[in-house]
Order: sequence, then structure tokens, then C-alpha cells
Amino acid sequence: MARKHVVTTINGDECDFLCESDETLLSVIRNQLRLTGTKEGCSTGDCGACSVMLDGRLVCSCLTLAVEAEGKVIDTIEGMSDDGNLHILQRKFIEHAALQCGICTPGFLIAAKALLERNPNPTETEVRYWLAGNLCRCTGYHKIVEAVMDAATEMRG
Amino acid sequence: MSDFVAYEDKKLKTIGTRPLRPDGVDKVTGRARYGADINLPGQLYGSVLRSPHAHAKIKSIDVSKAKALTGVKAVITSKDFEDMPSQVIPVGELVANFRDVTRNVMAREKVLYDGHAVAAVAATSEVIAKKAINLIKVEYEVLPHVIDVADAMNEDAPLLDENQFTQGEIRVLGGDTTKEPVTDKPSNIAKRLTFVKGDIDSGFKDAHLILERVFATKPVHQGYIEPHASVASYTEDGQVELYTCTQGHFTIRAQCAKLLSMDVSKIKVIPTELGGGFGGKNNVYLEPLAITLSKIARRPVKMVMSRNEVFRASGPSPAGRTYVKLGLNKKGKIIAADAQIDMQSGAFPGTPLGQATITCFTRYDIENVRVIGHDVISNRPKVAAYRAPGAPVAAFGVESVIDEAAKKLSIDPIDIRILNAAKEGTQTYYGVKFPRIGFEETLQKAKQHKNYQIPLKENQGRGVATGFWMNIGMDTTASLNVNDDGTIAVSVGTIDVAGGSRASLAMMVAEEFGIDSDKVRVTTGDTSQLGFNFVTAGSRGTFAGGIVSVLAARDAIEECKLRAAKTWNVKVEEVVWENGFARPASANVGPFEPLSLSDIARNATRTGGPIAGHCEKNVQGAGPSFGTQIVDVEVDKETGSVKILRHTIVQDAGKAIHPAYVEGQYQGGAVQGIGWALNEEYIYGEDGRLQNPGFLDYRVPVASDVPFIDVEIVEVPNPYHPYGVRGIGEVPIIPPTAAIANAINDAIGVRFETLPLSPPKVLAAIIGS
Repeated sequence: MARKHVVTTINGDECDFLCESDETLLSVIRNQLRLTGTKEGCSTGDCGACSVMLDGRLVCSCLTLAVEAEGKVIDTIEGMSDDGNLHILQRKFIEHAALQCGICTPGFLIAAKALLERNPNPTETEVRYWLAGNLCRCTGYHKIVEAVMDAATEMRG
Repeated sequence: MSDFVAYEDKKLKTIGTRPLRPDGVDKVTGRARYGADINLPGQLYGSVLRSPHAHAKIKSIDVSKAKALTGVKAVITSKDFEDMPSQVIPVGELVANFRDVTRNVMAREKVLYDGHAVAAVAATSEVIAKKAINLIKVEYEVLPHVIDVADAMNEDAPLLDENQFTQGEIRVLGGDTTKEPVTDKPSNIAKRLTFVKGDIDSGFKDAHLILERVFATKPVHQGYIEPHASVASYTEDGQVELYTCTQGHFTIRAQCAKLLSMDVSKIKVIPTELGGGFGGKNNVYLEPLAITLSKIARRPVKMVMSRNEVFRASGPSPAGRTYVKLGLNKKGKIIAADAQIDMQSGAFPGTPLGQATITCFTRYDIENVRVIGHDVISNRPKVAAYRAPGAPVAAFGVESVIDEAAKKLSIDPIDIRILNAAKEGTQTYYGVKFPRIGFEETLQKAKQHKNYQIPLKENQGRGVATGFWMNIGMDTTASLNVNDDGTIAVSVGTIDVAGGSRASLAMMVAEEFGIDSDKVRVTTGDTSQLGFNFVTAGSRGTFAGGIVSVLAARDAIEECKLRAAKTWNVKVEEVVWENGFARPASANVGPFEPLSLSDIARNATRTGGPIAGHCEKNVQGAGPSFGTQIVDVEVDKETGSVKILRHTIVQDAGKAIHPAYVEGQYQGGAVQGIGWALNEEYIYGEDGRLQNPGFLDYRVPVASDVPFIDVEIVEVPNPYHPYGVRGIGEVPIIPPTAAIANAINDAIGVRFETLPLSPPKVLAAIIGS
């Protein structure tokens, strides 16, 4: 079967790739484009480690077909810092010790950024429920929630 | 040199502060490279065929169709691995029976659990590798299986190994260790270990209150988010380069060398960033397969487990059945304690039996004790360590019975523990007499904690439980180089298993030199760069890694003093090191301006060459850690759902080098314990197959399941660490199961003796009562 040609924008750069029609976006991002910051923890949409933004929508890239990215804009963790400056969320995760092993961190950051774009002033409960699709086995979530709340405060100014 | 490195009480500049972790930026930007992020030029992709049966004889394996598939470069089965005799031998400081290890990585005569590896292939793409796996034909003769530990101990249980007989050992405190006669009938019980202190019969005779209960826990998985991943490259001259995510690259090397009959020096293991391990990444699974496939294909081979494979084929922690009997006097003093812990070890012997039995009652000073442990095999994946391996199984029972005793005697649950608490000088039943420990301090501080005073409402309850872990030192190495600008590079053989040990080791080295910690860069060296290191487990990373880093720093500082003496043309005894400078020991030495570390480093070529320090040591003096946790719950009587309202941890760290990372260990461990208490379990069907090998049905806690976890760090310095460090990672997971069960009892009056306390079980009990 002929491979599909897909044209997208990834982290601001135009990008095209060939993929099988049943190949996941995660597989293309990691294995073809070598953007390995997006992680595979389960491939069933349960852990959130593969979270990316697709046209401004938070998706599990393991549950998204690569061909669905045609003509769309993909944002991954590699595009989160801006011109050498860490995003406030990235900085707050480090400052609050909100990461340990770090394998879940890219997914949490993508998901948290999506939350704050929709809701700049979330309650603790809203943060916890929004991030319930991302598993972290190291931190017990305490410092992650603190970091997101603190980032929200700083982003509101 | 003494085996111990003494604690020094001194004013500290860096230790106890909260600098940013050096691995932070890599981890928030996606740069950090984990196991599955490694790719080598020309690599093939490996895949494993796994048994669908819990127990079956392998009658034949036909790989011809798989081999014939275009793109397949290698197919392996057990025929590609040497058989190993049954003997327990030390390898890489681990003790293992390689007859079992070789059978666990690739089944030989029989498959022993659902998910057991049967064959593996390497192909030019993942898709082709998976296709090839499906072309392998295995003929099985299905055998009766046994899953549950209690069933496996029955005399008529299906036997996993007809040549296994129970080996028993009795260790009497102050007396002999005796071997029990080996059973004459084969059994699934591999081992029985008994500890005896005093005389429990006379203790129970004098008791005012005797409680006797049986508890059961389920196996739970470590649940690291990073699946196992390895990339191996075997070259034409027989050298191996292996990238793998592990807690112990030196022991992975040792195990691979033994399994593949290779020289240790021919295998270089490069540990990747570790995406969580918690004890589950000490063992070989993919590594020997990837090396063997690469040897045949003569190309690098990358292998990554799926989540399904992680659950079915890598080690969960053991389940256990725990019998507990306590005898107390009227005041609540425990005068006799008896326990039997039946630990399920999976398909091969080797459950953390020693740890379960040793930690069982050891938080308390009890005159008469007996603990019996059984190591029992059944048709499940071979268990691996999981944070305080074995301890939670025992503690769930013991801490539940103490809670019941406190209620029966109308004593506060913390007071009864203070009354019985082990302290400095307490003689444990396993032999150790405690040095200075901080258990009582954690209990006192827990009792005073504001959360312990908050009034509870209807259907709410409060539970208390405690935990203990002995901690370990073991073989550890560090190599330190002073760069020519006076900054420092330290290479250690311990893995930063997530807790931030690269930061805390840098802080200790900076403290020794008297420089800023951001001038010290700590990295993990590969196996070709350093002497042997034991696995980073048992909470030894910051303790043992810290000791060797400090000693390597002291070694380099001595050299710096020599260089200053040479520069000044004085004796080395006339030079002291203070706050980052070599100074004359007194005004009599001469009018010399102090030399900074960078002054000395810049001149190193002229004074003798590069300056370095190193340390290779079997580290002794690990300080036991103790903790007390208080949990408040609310039980929804309509659904049986248990909500954690508050969770409070008070634990002795000895000294918190980086307090934020200590808090992180406490909080993370406790939430793993919450998962163990409320939801997590391996569920097997009648067919012996695992029914929930995924994160949807194996429910680990998510952010909305838990509250903020309140932490209070107690600091009672370990006398055998220069900064007083105790290992702290294990203890936090121990108390939650019992603390939550005790809280539920407090809320609704029902005492649960089996885990997990999931809504259906709690609801059934509410309806039943």
C-alpha cells in the first residue's frame, strides 16, 4: 500500500512526511521526525505522556493517526520554550521540583499549557481534574499542582 | 581506613538549601534521552513472542516462516542461550540462580506465566518484527496452573518445579542458625525463614489482650511510566555496547556476561535517563535478547516493551498473606508478637522474604518475637523489588492489629506506638542493635501536628501507621576531576533514579570544597569508566553515592593542599583548606595570599598535572529510617468510594540535603501507597491470564484522586554519614495501606483485612454490616 504524503506545521516550521495510513502521529513524531520529547507510556491513551497540541486541541498522539495531521498545526514539547527562554510553566516545574524522573513531564507541560490557555485562573480542583489524564508515578502530583497554580498566577500578571 | 565515615556537626552553606536540579532543563524541554529515545545507525527492531498460557510444556517451536519473511534478520529461542545449572551464585554483588534467570528471559522446557518470553525476532521495521512474531508456531501442552499464594502452598497444588523442595532456616537471636530438614516431597514453597527472639509462648501467657488476624495483599506493579527499552550493538570482534534504562548498569553487565558467557570487559553498558524504576529496573529482561539478536544479525537491535508486556512480563511486587498475633499488657505494651508472611514470588523463587520478615515488627521494641516467612512460587511473572520490597505486605497486617489493640485498650493510636517504639539501643530480632534513630521523634511530631487535631465529621475517619526501612550502603564508586577553571566534574556509578541525586551529590561536593554547587557537575558514568557499583536501590543513592563523592572530594582537596604547599614551598601540614581556598595553617607559615580552587587548577600543569580525586568503597553505616503517617478519609456510603481528605507524613531523613527532593520522595511514595491501598491489583482470570495489563484497568492514582500531601521532615543525623544522611525513599510507601484501612475503620467501623479497598469491596462491607 502506498504511503501517504502529509504536510503539516510542527513547532512553527513547515514539515512533510510519508506515513502508513494506520501509523500513529506519535510514531511519526518520535521515529521519523526524531522529536523524542513526546513520550510513549502506554499507547492506549491512558497515561498522557504523548500529549501534543493539534490545531490548538490537546490530544494523545498515540490515539491520533498521522494522516489526521494533514494541513494542521502540531505543537510538541520541543517548541514550548521561546527563543531560548523557558515557558513560565517549564520554569515553574523546575523551581517547584515538580519533576523527578521526568518521563511524564513533557505531557504534563503540554496539558497544563492547554489548561491555562482556556482557564487562566483555575482552582486546585480544576487543575487536578484537567491533569487527571496524565499519569505521574514519582511525585504524588503535589508539586505539579503547585507549579501549575503558581505559573497561572504569574501568567495573569 | 575505618569502614565508617563519621557524622560531623558543622555549619553548612549549601546543604539544606534548594538549588535548581541540573537535569531540570533537559527534562522540561524534551532533551533528556530515555531508553526508547536512543537510536543507533542501522538499527533493527526487536519483538518478543510471549506465552498466552499460565503454565504449559513447550512441545515444539517452528520459526521457519518467521525466518523466511523479508526483512527478518534474526530469530531466537531458548536454543540460543546456554542452559545453566541450578546453583545460587553471586554475580555483580547480586545473588541469583542463573538456572532461573536464563529461563525467565527465555522460557525453556515450560512457560510458567502469561507473558513469559518464548521467542524473539529482529527485523528492519517494527511492523515486520511483529508480523514475524505471529508467524512463529509454538505447540504447547497446557498444564494445570496456580495463581494465588495460599493455593500454591496446598499439598495438592500444581507444581511449577518438580525438583524444588522446601529449604528452611531458623535464626535464633543470641543462638544458632539452624537448617530445617529439607522436605521429602516437592513443593511450591521454595524457602522458609524463621526469626526467633525470646519466648513467645511465655509472652502470650502473660498477655492481657491477644489479637490474632490474617491479612492479604495483592501484587501491584511499580508502574513506572517508561517501559523497559534497550538498544544493543554486538560487533564483529565480540564487543557489546548496550544502552538500557536501568537502576544498575553494572549488575546488568554482570548478568548479561554470565548469561551469554562473555567477558565482563567486553560489555559496555550505558545507562540512559531513567523514566522511573522503583526497584523494577534492576533485572535483565530485554538486554540479553537484544545482544543475542544483534550478535546474529550483526546490526544494532532496539527493543522496547509495550505497556501490556511491562505488566505481564516484568516484575510486580509480591502479594502476601500475613498472619499476625499480638499479645499486649493492660498498658498497651506489646509483650509477644508472632507472624507468618507467605510471599508470592512469581514463577521463580526469590521474593523479598528477608526484607518482609526483618521489617515486620522492627519498629517496636518487643521482648518475645517469632516471624516465619515463606517464599512461594506460582504462575505469575517473577516478582521484582518495589520500593521497600516486602515491607508493606507485613506492615499492613501489623499496623492494622496495633490499631485494633489501641481501640480495644482505649489508647491513642500514636501513644500506643510511642509506648512500644524502638529507640537507640533496641535489640532487633534479626540481630542489629539500633544506633541513634529518629522513630520516636516522628511519632511525637505527628501527635503535635495540626492535622492530628482537626475535628472529623460524619463518615470521616483518621488512621495512623508507621514504617521502617534498614537502608543499605554496598559497593559504590566516584571519580572527581578538577577542571582547569576550578569547576568540578564528578562521575558516579549510582543512577539518579529520579530523586535528584545528581543535585544532592553536587551539593555535598560543593560543601566539601566550599564552592557554589552550580560549579559542580555530576553525571553517571558508564560501566567502562568506573569501578563496580551495586544497583541504585534500597535508598542508597544519596547515602552511599554521597559518601564516595565526599571522600573523592576530600581526596582531591588533599591534592590541592599539596599543590599549594608546592607553590609556597612549605610542608603540606602547613596548609589548610577553608571555604574554597588553600591557606597557610598559621601566620608562622609565611605571608602567603590564599589560593582559590581556580588558582590552583589553573596552575595544575606546573605543579604536577591534572588534579583529581576518587573513591571506591563498600559503603557501611546506612542509617535506618522511620516514618509515621496520618491519613484522614471520607467514605461515601452510597458508592463505597474512599476519598483521601488529608495525608500527613512525618519522617526522619537524617539530614535533608535538598529538602524539596526529600518532600518529593515522601509525597510520591505515599501516593504509590494510596494506590496500593485503594485500587491497584493484578487481576487474573480462571485461565491464569492477566486481565488488566494496561493503565485503564490497572488504576494508579491520578491527580484528582489525591490531596496535597503534608510533609514534616525530622532530622536525626545518621552517625555514619558525614552530613547525617539516611536513605529516605523506601519508607513513605509502607504506612499508607494500614493508615487508610485504619482510617476507614475509624469512619465506618469496618475493619478490612484484604486489599485493595476499592469501592465494590467497601460498599459490600457497608451493606453487609
